[in-house]
Amino acid sequence: MSNFLLELSYLIGSITFIIGLKRLSGPDSARNGNLMAAAGMGIAILATILFHQKEGQPIGNVPWILGAMGVGTVIGWMMAMKVKMTAMPQMVSFFNGMGGACAAIISLVEYHSHPEGSSGYLLIVFLGLIIGSVSFSGSIIAYGKLDEKIKDFSSKALTYFNLLLLVGIFGILGLAVSQPEMIGHSVLWILLALSLIYGILFVMPIGGADMPVVISLLNSLTGMAAAFGGFLYNNPIMLTGGILVGSAGTILTVLMCKAMNRSLLNVIIGSFGGGGAGGEKGAAGDQTVKEISLTDTAILCAYAGKVVIVPGYGLAVAQAQHICHELEKKLEEKGVEVSFAIHPVAGRMPGHMNVLLAEADVPYPKLVEMEDANPGMNSTDVVIVVGANDVVNPAAENDPSSPIYGMPVLKVWEAKNVIVMKRSMRAGYAGIENELFFHPKTKMLFGDAKDMLGKLVAEIKDL
Amino acid sequence: MAEFFLQNQQTIYIVILSILLGIEVISNVPAILHTPLMSGANAIHGVVIIGAIIVMGHAHSDDYLALILGFLAVLLGTLNVVGGFVVTNRMLAMFKKKK
Repeated sequence: MSNFLLELSYLIGSITFIIGLKRLSGPDSARNGNLMAAAGMGIAILATILFHQKEGQPIGNVPWILGAMGVGTVIGWMMAMKVKMTAMPQMVSFFNGMGGACAAIISLVEYHSHPEGSSGYLLIVFLGLIIGSVSFSGSIIAYGKLDEKIKDFSSKALTYFNLLLLVGIFGILGLAVSQPEMIGHSVLWILLALSLIYGILFVMPIGGADMPVVISLLNSLTGMAAAFGGFLYNNPIMLTGGILVGSAGTILTVLMCKAMNRSLLNVIIGSFGGGGAGGEKGAAGDQTVKEISLTDTAILCAYAGKVVIVPGYGLAVAQAQHICHELEKKLEEKGVEVSFAIHPVAGRMPGHMNVLLAEADVPYPKLVEMEDANPGMNSTDVVIVVGANDVVNPAAENDPSSPIYGMPVLKVWEAKNVIVMKRSMRAGYAGIENELFFHPKTKMLFGDAKDMLGKLVAEIKDL
Repeated sequence: MAEFFLQNQQTIYIVILSILLGIEVISNVPAILHTPLMSGANAIHGVVIIGAIIVMGHAHSDDYLALILGFLAVLLGTLNVVGGFVVTNRMLAMFKKKK
């Protein structure tokens, strides 16, 4: 009976994961989908504690399990509630790392208690360990980099060393599985150490614009690690949940690479942010930029027919999403048609900008995706670029030597006027010059995004 | 090979169908929901906690290494599950319809 209840709960859990994930893909059903998956997870966890049996033995150490879950719930809840919306990507990365660590530890303990077994068993245990560890250390580095605690570091030598390390890990894995008596039990710790190091060195050189891709990749890796746990215990819900995330995450990673017109291999091997990658930069150096005053900006916007706001990470950093909404409302009152053009990789994660603007109550239909925004650019009177840079860089279209050449961008230069709101002339996150700033149609408005937008709203009010 | 297939037929079915489902479910998602979706998927792979509970639940009471590591695994797994779902819910709460 208890076995029946356990398997039934797992079935229910698996179904909630699938439907939950499906519902997460529509804006209206998404929240419901998330809660559904959470409920399914709760049922599966409870059923495991109550009904799981191994060789007739029920789950023991229950107080300790509940204790660990209690502590984890309190910490996880507090972290998730406290985190600012701008810091969301690194938070996801952190939680992802925890899942990876959990998978790695399962393999550690499993091997520690049963070091002998078929080569299939050993392969599953070791793969769970390797993937989990890489995901853990990689996610923590990604967390540190997004939080700007860790700087980019890249060199050609590192790329070769990483490749060597990867070959080494799989070489040892092959030996450990095929010749277990020859290689000994300490192989476990060697694999653990090498995988942790690989995770660190693999994420270390990847910088800037490529970070979302890496997080998505690490996310699908943890999914796979969870699936290996499923193989290990022949546990259907771990299998379905893990594989579902593994495959969905992989597709999501590929979609993101496509949005930036880069191959996954290119992201992993050739790093963006580091020096040397950029082409000729000198040309832009001696050009001058045109500045515009706040009053002129206000007049330009208030008497325009159509205004498009292009938000970037700078907007998020300045916490200017609310005032941006304010600007939109003020302009609408003046009869101006306002929309937000969102580049797929604006912010630090695809969709990050949408979350931030939604937080500021910007209505969902006002957010226009790049493919729909570009055709309307030439009928737009004013484009206001707030803290975005690489996603509006014309070099992606016309400069084959640029590292972002080929990446689809918002063609803001096709509009009649472009106003770029920026803190300084510093290059964008990808570390490259932007000739848009020197474009004849472009005028610059220097200052903190929140501050400047606030003043702009006041100016428009006074008109 | 044939023997392996016959013995693990069910698992192979689950694996392949899950892979296809994962691809299918995600390929129609608008870019604007990528972040919540990634976050939601992140919470779902927290299902690894079930493995941690099994490890901890069947550890011998004198095997301190297994107990300590098991405790840690359950704690980290819970962080993944709870943090993942709560963060996703917070993000999605902002998409709610106004008016």
